[in-house]
Amino acid sequence: MNTDTHAAHADDHHQGDSHAHGSFSTYMLGFVLSVVLTATPFWLVMSGALPSKQITALVIMAFAVVQIVVHMIYFLHMSPKSENGWSMMALIFTIVMVAIALSGSLWVMNHLNSNMMPIHQMTGMK
Amino acid sequence: MTVTVNPAQTGEPVFYLADEHPHPEGYSTSLGFWIYLMSDCLIFAILFATFGVLGGNYAAGPAPKDLFELPLVAVNTSMLLLSSITYGFAMLTMQQNKIGQTQMWLAITGLFGAAFIGIELSEFAHMIHEGATPQRSAFLSAFFTLVGTHGLHVTCGLIWLVTLMVQVWKFGLIEANRRRLMCLSMFWHFLDVVWIGVFTFVYLLGVLR
Repeated sequence: MNTDTHAAHADDHHQGDSHAHGSFSTYMLGFVLSVVLTATPFWLVMSGALPSKQITALVIMAFAVVQIVVHMIYFLHMSPKSENGWSMMALIFTIVMVAIALSGSLWVMNHLNSNMMPIHQMTGMK
Repeated sequence: MTVTVNPAQTGEPVFYLADEHPHPEGYSTSLGFWIYLMSDCLIFAILFATFGVLGGNYAAGPAPKDLFELPLVAVNTSMLLLSSITYGFAMLTMQQNKIGQTQMWLAITGLFGAAFIGIELSEFAHMIHEGATPQRSAFLSAFFTLVGTHGLHVTCGLIWLVTLMVQVWKFGLIEANRRRLMCLSMFWHFLDVVWIGVFTFVYLLGVLR
C-alpha cells in the first residue's frame, strides 16, 4: 500500500515537471487570432458599421470573451490536464466568484438607483 | 530520521503519510503562482464592477466620448499584444537554451511594455491637463483606479523583467531562472487578458455609450 502511493507520487512528479509549452506555430496562431479579435471590435466602434449601438455592444463583448479564451489556450497554455486539473479548478472557482461579484454588484446597484427618490421631490420634503 | 518500518509488512493499516515525501524545489511554484493570479483576477473583477456601477456618473463633467481617443487606445493595445507574442518567443528560445536570443526577446518585450506605459501616462497627463482628474466625477475616479491598477501591474512586470534579465545575464538559464521566467510569462499574459476587458468595457463601450 505504502509503496503504491509512492509510485503514484513519482508519476505526479513526472507530470509536474513537464509543463505545457507552446510551439512557434501555436504562438503565431494565437497572435493572429488575437489581432483579428482586437482589430474587429475597434473597427466596428470607430466606423459604426452595425446599425444599432446595442448590437455593436453585444458583438464586441462576444469578441472579448472569445479573445480571452484564445489567450488562455494559446498564451497561458491552459488545459484541463495542467497541474493535474488544479489550475482549471482554480480558474473555474475564480470565474464563479467573478460572475457573482460582477452581476451582483451591477444588479443591486442599478436596482438601488432606480428606487432612489428623484432629487426634485426631495427638495420639497422639509 | 524516521523509523524505516514498512507498516504494510507488519499488517497495520495506513491512513495517512506520516512524513512528507521530498518534492523537488519549485515543484508547486506554477500552481501557486496561478492561484495568486486568480486572486489578482478578483481584484480586477471588483474594480470592473465598481467601474460598471459608477461608469455613467459624469457629474456634468467630461464623458468617455469627450476624453478617449480610440486610435491611441488601438496603438496602446497593439503594444501590449506585440509584447505578449515577443514574450512567447523569449520562452521558446529559452526552451532551446539560446541565452542571447532569450535576452533579446525579453528586451524587446520590455520596450513594448515601456511604450505601453509611456502612452498610457501621456494619455493620463493629457486628461488631467484638461481637468479630467480622478476628483472630477465618479466615472473618472473609477476609470483612473481600474486603468491605473492595470498600469501599476505592468510597471511591476517591467521591473521584474529587468531583474530577470540581470539574473539570466549573471547566472545563465539555470533551473531557478527558467521557473522565474515561466512565472513572469504567466503574469505578463494575464495582464494582457485583463487589458482585453479594459479596452472592451472601458474604452469601446464607453465611447458607444
